[in-house]
Amino acid sequence: MADERNVAVRAGIHPLHAFLLAACVPLFLGALLSDWAYSSTYEIQWANFASWLLVGALVFAGFALLWAVIDLLRADRSWTGRPLIYFLVLLAAWVLGFINALVHAKDAWAKMPEALILSVIVAVLVLIACWLGLSTWRTGEVK
Amino acid sequence: MRVVAPFAIVAASALLSACGSSSSTPNQYGPNPTLPGPHRGLLPTMKIANPAGWGDQRPIAPAGYTITAIATDLKIPRQTLVLPNGDILVAEGRGGGEPKLTPKDFVASKLKAQGTSPVKGGNRLTLLRDSNGDGVYETRTVFAENLNAPYGLALIGNTLYVADQDALLKFDYRTGQTRASGPPVVLTPLPSAINHHWTKSLAASPDGRFLYVGIGSNSNITERGMNVETDRAMIWQVDAQTGAHRQFATGLRNPTALAIQPVTNQLWAVVNERDEIGPNLVPDYLTSVREGGFYGWPYSYWGQHTDNRVRPQNAAKVASAIVPDYGLGSHVAALGVAFSSPAMGARFADGVFVGEHGSWNRTPPSGYRVIFVPFTNGRPSGPPIDFVTNFLGKDGKTRGRPVGVTVDPKGALIVADDLSNTIWRVTPAAPRPAAAPAPR
Repeated sequence: MADERNVAVRAGIHPLHAFLLAACVPLFLGALLSDWAYSSTYEIQWANFASWLLVGALVFAGFALLWAVIDLLRADRSWTGRPLIYFLVLLAAWVLGFINALVHAKDAWAKMPEALILSVIVAVLVLIACWLGLSTWRTGEVK
Repeated sequence: MRVVAPFAIVAASALLSACGSSSSTPNQYGPNPTLPGPHRGLLPTMKIANPAGWGDQRPIAPAGYTITAIATDLKIPRQTLVLPNGDILVAEGRGGGEPKLTPKDFVASKLKAQGTSPVKGGNRLTLLRDSNGDGVYETRTVFAENLNAPYGLALIGNTLYVADQDALLKFDYRTGQTRASGPPVVLTPLPSAINHHWTKSLAASPDGRFLYVGIGSNSNITERGMNVETDRAMIWQVDAQTGAHRQFATGLRNPTALAIQPVTNQLWAVVNERDEIGPNLVPDYLTSVREGGFYGWPYSYWGQHTDNRVRPQNAAKVASAIVPDYGLGSHVAALGVAFSSPAMGARFADGVFVGEHGSWNRTPPSGYRVIFVPFTNGRPSGPPIDFVTNFLGKDGKTRGRPVGVTVDPKGALIVADDLSNTIWRVTPAAPRPAAAPAPR
């Protein structure tokens, strides 16, 4: 079903797009680890770290998301298949990450356990998005 | 995977719409306020005062009372003190300046600043004098300046005590002085690291031996950690001679004003309770302060209602928490308290006036008025009565925010307003005191 001409254009994501996508991984992961540290020690500084790591992750993920949607719009036909799934997973990660940031604004233990649960989900989603986004989808598409 | 994103958006909008839900107001006045369960949406409810000038509007006093502005264009007036010769001292300043620690701090501080005066705090004491007793305070001098967010004021004999946000100071004072004769002496430093709740309220014991200093908590509910709450959320008893202190009562989240009850000499306080667990939690309160008593913060509120936001919890402290005497309603932000006298007219002769700065964490807003809590036999008896209103107009605009209230023995209530930077004076219109029937 794939048109070979189109597939040739979509050889993978732009290096800067790749950087934005990869950059949010350690930040979301750091937020998750900080949440885990707060939940097991009650040491509030871990919660502060988690809040800031999330903000940083959302900035990078936000730009990666923007890039992904522009790629989708510019392609003649990519509203199916892997680029779309990549976009949707990243969108889900960003939306849940944003909700997580609001949850993190709750005072002290009020953020728990929702903050930790959301951090786990978002970290998994962003890993999947990264996997999809950074693997070249030429071969996968042509089959 | 395809369904994940739409689902997330639906979930997000559902969660967002669940917050900020307004609600009916249960009865939270008196000794047994109705307490709903704690609740907070994804965003805290924020309804910030929408400031406007007074124009042709005025605060409204009860029938038979008149209200006039005796000083305007002050620099954030907070608390006042009536001196023995009738002069009024006004503490002006703005303290705090805690470091912004989380993304939330950046957003919330911007929003809350919209509801306050843009004027820079004066860091000074202004003296107002009415030489001929006509109710016009024609003389205005700067009594002391270069202070650090002065708030609580008290006079013992010939010594004036001023509670800056970081120290308890003393000035020599002679009756009739319009300017301090020299710089203050530090009686004792006060806890000031971070200073989230920076106001230091002050009252002098009737025998003049002690000063009571109200020190607010360093957070809403320990979100800056437990360590920074050492020596916070409590009332100190300070020796007026030596400056030595001990903890008089603890667990009072933000004891913003203190007063000594006439006759019984009992210490009373108004306390601002915690935010962000709903529009009707937790009621601010008026209470007599028991020596050695623990009033709950942070572990619990209104006695044994445990606050689950606090970790680690402390069951023994929760069990020991004293239930306060009188609920004032949630989020009203009581910042002033003063015992009345018969000179205020028969209807308001026995009780306390409470200045309510007004809410931010509630829809519809609450507070923004001065109330009178009637007393019988030395205890609060019955619901509060509005004494000064219209600070928050029917048009939703906020024209003033009451802070300190002080009873002038000549028969007047002095109200500091830190939004319009005005001192208001409320007097019985009828010739004072006893014989006049209660105005209805």
